[in-house]
This record gives sequence, C-alpha cells and structure tokens, in this order.
Amino acid sequence: MTALARTPAPAPYAFAQSPCGGLEMEIMGAALRMRASGALFDLAHQALIVADLHFEKGSAYGMRGQFLPPYDTRDTLDRLEAEVAALEPRVVIFLGDSFHDGRAEDRLSPDDAERLVALAQGRTLIWLVGNHDADGPRRLPGQVVDTMTLGPLILRHEPEPGEQPGELSGHLHPCARVSSGRGTVRRRCFATDGTRMILPAFGAYAGGLNLKDAAFAGLFGRPPLAGALGRDRVHAVGWRSLTSD
Amino acid sequence: MAEDAALPADLLPAAFADWFATRGWAPRAHQLEMVARARAGRDALLIAPTGGGKTLAGFLPSLIELAQRPPANTPRGIHTLYISPLKALAVDVERNLATPIREMGLSIVAESRTGDTGAARRQRQRVKPPDILLTTPEQLALFCAWEGARAYFEDLSCIILDEIHTLHSTKRGDLLALDIARLQTFSPSLRRVGLSATVDDPDVIRRWMGFHPGGGDSAPPAVDLVLGPAGTPPIVEVLLSEGRVPWAGHTAQHAMAEVYEVIKKARTALVFVNTRFQAEFAFQELWRLNEDALPIALHHGSLAAEQRRKVEAAMARGELRAVVCTSTLDLGIDWGDVDLVIQLASPKGASRMVQRIGRANHRMDEASRALFVPANRFEMLECQAAREAIAENRFDGDPPRVGALDILAQHVMGCACSEPFDALALFDEIRTSGPYRGLAWEDFEQVVDFVSTGGYALRAYDRFRRIVKGQDGLWRARNADTILRHRLNVGAILSPAVLSVRIAGRGGRAGRKVGEVEEGYLEALEPGDTFIFAGQIWRLVGVTALDVLVTPAPASDPKLPSWGGSKFALSTFLAKRVRELMFDQSHWSVLPGDVREWLKLQRDRSLIPAEDEMLVETFPRGKRHFMVCYPFEGRLAHTTLAMLMTRRLERMGAAPLGFVCNDYALAVWSLNPMDGVDLDALFAQDMLGDDLEDWLAESYMMKRSFKGCAILAGLIERRFPGAEKSGRQVTFSADLVYDVLRRHEPDHLLLRCARDDAATGLIDVARVGHMLARIQGKIRHAVLDHLSPFSVPMLLEIGKERVPGAAGEMILAEAAEDLIAEASS
Repeated sequence: MTALARTPAPAPYAFAQSPCGGLEMEIMGAALRMRASGALFDLAHQALIVADLHFEKGSAYGMRGQFLPPYDTRDTLDRLEAEVAALEPRVVIFLGDSFHDGRAEDRLSPDDAERLVALAQGRTLIWLVGNHDADGPRRLPGQVVDTMTLGPLILRHEPEPGEQPGELSGHLHPCARVSSGRGTVRRRCFATDGTRMILPAFGAYAGGLNLKDAAFAGLFGRPPLAGALGRDRVHAVGWRSLTSD
Repeated sequence: MAEDAALPADLLPAAFADWFATRGWAPRAHQLEMVARARAGRDALLIAPTGGGKTLAGFLPSLIELAQRPPANTPRGIHTLYISPLKALAVDVERNLATPIREMGLSIVAESRTGDTGAARRQRQRVKPPDILLTTPEQLALFCAWEGARAYFEDLSCIILDEIHTLHSTKRGDLLALDIARLQTFSPSLRRVGLSATVDDPDVIRRWMGFHPGGGDSAPPAVDLVLGPAGTPPIVEVLLSEGRVPWAGHTAQHAMAEVYEVIKKARTALVFVNTRFQAEFAFQELWRLNEDALPIALHHGSLAAEQRRKVEAAMARGELRAVVCTSTLDLGIDWGDVDLVIQLASPKGASRMVQRIGRANHRMDEASRALFVPANRFEMLECQAAREAIAENRFDGDPPRVGALDILAQHVMGCACSEPFDALALFDEIRTSGPYRGLAWEDFEQVVDFVSTGGYALRAYDRFRRIVKGQDGLWRARNADTILRHRLNVGAILSPAVLSVRIAGRGGRAGRKVGEVEEGYLEALEPGDTFIFAGQIWRLVGVTALDVLVTPAPASDPKLPSWGGSKFALSTFLAKRVRELMFDQSHWSVLPGDVREWLKLQRDRSLIPAEDEMLVETFPRGKRHFMVCYPFEGRLAHTTLAMLMTRRLERMGAAPLGFVCNDYALAVWSLNPMDGVDLDALFAQDMLGDDLEDWLAESYMMKRSFKGCAILAGLIERRFPGAEKSGRQVTFSADLVYDVLRRHEPDHLLLRCARDDAATGLIDVARVGHMLARIQGKIRHAVLDHLSPFSVPMLLEIGKERVPGAAGEMILAEAAEDLIAEASS
C-alpha cells in the first residue's frame, strides 16, 4: 500500500453524486450509476447489473443442520424488485454466483421462483455463470451466458488478472473499511480504477472481502476508488481513507 | 444455625476428630453444621467469609461418607461432584483436598477435570470414575451431553457448587442449574451444597439452588442456610491525595507517587483497576517511579496465558511486591502473603470491592487492609460511600434471574445427544431448576422447535431436523455428526474473538507471541502508531487475519487506543449512597478540601438535589446549549437515556447535536436553547415504549447480543472441526443474519432472546425504568447563565468519547469529504 501511495499522483477520479444518492462515473465512455443498493445501472442500455446474489445460501447451510433464517432469497428479491421498480430497466444482468450451489434453483420456494418469472415480464434476464452456479438456472426465464459485451464493456463473473479496460465483474465481494477516532465501518463497495469495475455482492448473506486484501492486488492500474454503500447513498472513498481488517 | 447451637458430639468420626486435633484445630461450628445437615439429607447453602474453612466444610460430609462406606464388589460411580467457576480453582482444591485424605489415610480418589486435562486421564475418568470429581460448569454440560450420562451419574450423592455467588445470576448459572436438575433425575437422592461469599440476600441463591415446587418467590426456600462466622471487618481507607483531586479522568495519575509509597510499605499489594488500559497505564507509571526496582508485575486478560501463569507462580512463591491487575484476579486460588489491596479508580459496587478486599489476608482473625484511590471528584464521593457501606456490612444485590431461552436450547440439544427424551418429562425436569421454575410450556415448545428446525414460520428445514421425534414419541439427535457439532459448541462463555500480538519477523512474518488482544482493542490505531501492551511500548506494523504484528518501539509518548471507563456500571445501591452523601452537608467532612469546595460552589451556583431528586441544569456555552442531568444510574443506563432523550428533544425542536455520559451524569448539547423544555414530558415514563423499540431494533447492541444468543443457541457455530472460524467472519455473517431475520420474522425466538439480553446487559432498561419512576415530580431544574461545577467533568469528557456503531454514516461521509479535499488540493 505504501508503494502505491508513492507513485506520482494521477488525475483525480471524475465522478458525480446523482440525486438518487448514487454515484455516476464513465468507464470507457459508458455512463454508469452505482446505486446505494449495490446494483449498477448502465444508462445507455437501460441495463440493471447485479453480482453475487447467492440465492438459497441459507438453505445450503440448513441442509447441513445450521438453520440460518430461510429468508435470504426473499430478502434479496425484495431489494432487486425495488431496483427494478425504481429504474424500469430493459435488461437485468446477473454477473454470476446468482445461486449459491448447483441445486439451489431446486430449493427456491415456489413463491420466490414466481417472483423471478414475473421479473422477466417485459424485459430480458441475462444470467452470467459463476463458480457457484457453473450451469446457470435451468428452468427460470432468461439467457445463460459465460461472458457478454455491453457497448464498450465486457462483463464476466470473475475479474481477469492484469489491467482489463472496460471489464465489469463480481466474484470478490469487495468491502471498504474506514476507521476514524470514533469507530470503524465496514461496508460493501464498488471498486474501480476508472477503467474496470468490480461490483459488490448483492445477496443478503454474501460476506465481504476487504479491498485491501491481496486478492485485489494487480487488478487496478492505480489505487482504486471505493464506492461504499451507505444507508441511502454511495460514498466515494479514496484509497488513503481505507484500512485493512 | 447459631454458632452455639448444640450439635451432637458424635458428628465427627474418631479419625476425623483426631486429624483436627493433630493439626491443632477445632472443627468450626459451621463445619459441623454442614455435617449435620448432610446427615439429615438436607440441601444447604453455606455463607462464610474467605479464610473460614469454607471449602473443607463443603467436603467434610462427603469425606466422612466415603470413609465409612463398606467395600463394594463392583466399581462405583462418582460420589461427589465439585463445580468451580474457574479451572485454576478446581485444580487448587484438588491439591488442598489431598492433604486431609493423605493424612487420615483415607482410600478416596479425588481428581480434577478441566479443558486442560490430558486425553488419557479424561478417558480413564470415564471408564473408572474417581470418588470425587472437581470440574467446571462447561465440563459438566459436556458430561450431560454424553451418551451414558445417566449411568455415569446414578451413584452421585452430592454436588458442591463453589463461589456460587459469582455464577447464579449469569447464563453460566442458567446452564449449571439445568444440569443440576438433570443430575437430580439421574440420581434422585442427590444432595446440593452451595458455598458462597457474603451476599446481600442469601435467599436469591437458595431459590436458585432449589425450591419447593409450586412455591412462589415468597415461599421459604427448600435449601437450608448455614452461616459461617462473620470475618473481621476489613480496614478500608480512601486516599486523600495531597495533590488536588482531578476534575475528570480515570487514571489516578495524580496519586501514583503516593500509591508507590504505600506499596513500598506493604509486604505484597494487589493493585486492582477496572480496565486493561488502566492496568497498562498504572503499570507503566509505577515502573517510572520504581527507583527501588521493586518486583511489580502486571496481570490482565489480554496477556498470553503463559505470561499470566508466570506472574501467578511468582506471586505464590512470594517473590512479588505488587501486581497490577483487573478482574482476572477477583477470584481464584489463595495467596497467603497479600496484605494490602489497592483499588485504583472507582469501586463501582460494594460487593465487588468486598470480594477484592478478601484477596488480602486469607486469615479470618486478621482484618484485611484496603486503600481506595479515587481518580476524580465524583469518584471521591463514590469511594467514601463504598467505604461506609463496607464498614456497615451492606452490599449490593443481584436480582433473581429468569433463565435464558438460548441456554435452554443448548441444554435441550445436549439432552438429545445424551439419550432420547420425552418432551413432557424434560419440561417437568427443567422446571425444577431455579432460573426456569416459571418456564411456560409454549416457550418450551418453541425452544424444542427451534432446536429441531430453527423454529421459523417458513417451514424450510423440516426435512433437515437436528432432533427428530420417533414413533415412540421420544426426541433423538439426528445423527453422530449433529452430536459432534453440538459438543464443539457447548458452554455459556462467549469469548470475544482474539488476535495474537506477535513480534513482526523478517518479511513481515509473525514471530514470538507477546499476548492476545480482543478484536477491536486496537481499532483506532493505524500502522506506525505506538501503544502500550504487556507493560512495553510497541509500534503497530499491521494486522493479519489472526495476528497483530508489532515491533518494540522506543517512543516515550505512546498513543493509547481508548481510555473508556469501567465495563462495570455503578451499582444501584452504591449510587443511592453517593446521592445521600452528596446531599448531607454534615457528612462532607470526610472529603478532602478541594472536593468540599467543589460541592459548596455547586450548592451556591446551581443546587445540590436531595437524595430522591434529580438535578437538571441547562446553560449556554459557546454557540451551543447544554442540558446536563445527574441520575447517578451508571453509564449503561445513561447512554440509553441519552439516546431516547435526544430523539424526544429532536421532536421538541431543540435540534440536539450530541451527548456524552459517565456513571454519574449525562450531557446533551443542541443548537437551540433547552431552558424552556417541559422536563416532565421529556422524562415521562412512556419513553420506554415505541421510542425504545425503534431505537433498539436499529442499534448495534441488538446485533451484538443477537450474535451471542445465536452462538449459545447453536444457530451459529463457534468453530468447525479443524477450521477455526475467525471472529470477524462470525461478526459479519451474524449481522447479516440479524438484518434478514428482523425484516422477515421479527417475533422469532432468538430476537426475543437478543432483546432481553440487550435490555438487561447492554442498555439497562430496567434501571432506566426504575429511575424514571423514581424522579416523577422530583426533577429540580436549574437554569444557569454558564456551566456549573458539577458539569465540568462532563464537558471535559466531550470529544474523548467514542460512540460505537452510531456514527457509521458520518464516518463514511467524512471519508468522502477527505477524498474531495484530496482531489481539490
């Protein structure tokens, strides 16, 4: 981290706070809005992008006798539906690990499955596959793909190593930790260096990995900006304000 | 029960009488009384001061029975089970018991079993039980979850509960009470013996130990009370410092030179402080003054276990002149040589102080000596009040406890691991334990459902039950894996996740371990900062998943993470005495001149409320307006009150900006004047209604207590075989689980548990409630032009206080502003 801090200061990040509390930024010319929910909105394509929903993570533990409240899928859907209602996207793109495991789709309660079907009414669902759900859903509406492009952007589940201009990905569940004399907060966050972006996990039970973790090393061309999820706005937090766990 | 009660002369068998005689002792009245009660088959609680032969009194009946029992053809089970709150104490008692057994030539095997006992010995104890087994509540819970527990304990005649006053009002006590009920079922003739230090109300413990079924809280307890002799009253002095008593602060730095002089004159002194930070600070200060290089050591819960053992061993050998310590040494093994106990900063409660003072001088006929060193002016009042309460032999009491349902869930699972159970029979058994005597069938049913399926309205886990009801109507654990997982999560102790403090080696690798810190201890430090730990100054290099890496630092001015006050709140009893002392001017003569002067100034410039009144002051200062209230109800209750008051003040248009609390008072500051606020409305008792619920649901305290309940109840596992989960991961997922559960099933059993815990342990709702009732119509409002003498300590605390959890959004917003500043510079 000290090595990064010593590199010549690059131009400040260009971003703007949007009236909804989101943070707007361009990546390779594509206008994107980071939402306080953790979803990303592509303005040109009217596409809502969410990563790492981990549907039925609760019941995956439940099968092993650890009875986490079985409401995580419902909770994730509540928030997803609210985003769809607010933005009326034409496309909803799932960036992979939408399901916690290969059999999670079978464990969806009928109600929750119906809500996903209803979500596909009047719009397209695109399911990128991830390491947890390598086959994607079998019965739910929508298209299952490995990767896709969206204008100048390339979308995939797991970020490719090295600099990847235009890449949107998930998988790492980035979290920002900020300390001050009065306490410490640790929140899910978007992470971007202005050329690529890693989305926070959207799932109710998805844990988080500190942006200062070694897993993020080498992914960004310069110290990344964290878009930390606050109650109803996204806070742009600079690298210097972040601390490790 | 009286000392001169006529006791039959043949109570002691000849061998025992001779043994007493050869030692030059006469059996004490309460020791014989315990033998008599046992002979009559009665349960008994013995209350006696330290040094009164209490432990021997507890064991004497068992030793006699064991000495007199006829030989048997087959191996016998455990005769007496001894439960200690501390592992070290169990081991110490094992050693002490060996003496009479050896000297009387008795053929009795007494062995301890703790978490540290080796596998071979544990295995042997299982196959060939000792006559007397000395262990802890956690080990007992494990025993009770064994397959075959019933047969193992069917010969049990006696259970001895030592230092029971430290356990009965806790969750560990809940679990212990449930296991005692279990043992009584296994062995119906089991006799219960409690050993306790002096307490305010022995009946609370007697009812905890056992009661007449159907008898309410007013029925006479079923457990006999035996009172030992009163010990010699301790000699307690308050240090009337020659320097001025500071207005605020918790370190007592002003008095350190005097403390050092006192240590020099004593043989061995225990220097008690209330927090680890204070321990580190006092240790550092004493060594700075230590021109004579007296052997002064440090002992607190964050030090590595080996290091603590070393200090304890040096102490036992009489090599130390002083140990600076926290509550880690409140209890424990006897060290004969301590002749002085020093309490640095406020004592918080009379009972805790008596316990600490009891650490000096374990001989009953000599008075223990103690010195209180107040760190600020309010503490001077508190120390005087505590000194007087102790002289009058008055104590603060623990209220009787209602057993927690998370602990009950753990117990139900444990019972299923041991053998199939019938729900109705288990319910009846549970209701014979003190803390659960009022358990409702509906709550029990809910707990069983929780254990089986998680107890959710959405029946998602009916296929994966942890306990299953068979066709015979009995409940059984699902399989061996379920049982194994339960065994790894037994116990009611929640240890916060700890990080090892290690010296950073080459390439940032972790080197030698210096000690352990609780997660969060170093939260406010950044790499490069310096801090004191284990009596040395270190520079923080970095924090990895499990280790805090440090290098020795020669810095002279270490940055300390946080000062904070005590985690113990000022007791209700002591608070009342402080208010009395404050109001009674004729009493002020016990106080030093500058504190008297301070009280007089307060009387003249504002006012001093009567014992049953509450003072509220309002005054402007700078661009702010202040309201300072003095309820004297302890920091926890004040924090709760301040959270609720600021919500109301907001609605009243005062625009409150912040608050600060200590054990005596709380201060709120605002944009608008608060002179005209309707105080009766502000402090109306309905404050504890919706406002409380709204605030609580969002508060970090609910998350914290939820996490605890979820672990104790088995929803979140402490550790998996082979893979220790780091505390951070537990915190994180527990918070997520809490949020989801609260949104989707707000009435769930565990949320009820968490709320009860938060209300009692973290926010002291009951105390706020009592206080609001107490001050109705008795609020004295002083409208002032400027601050009052009493308010100065409060205002000095502003800015030093951390408000955990509450300021999250603000911290993020500030970080975002930093970025803007960074970008525009």
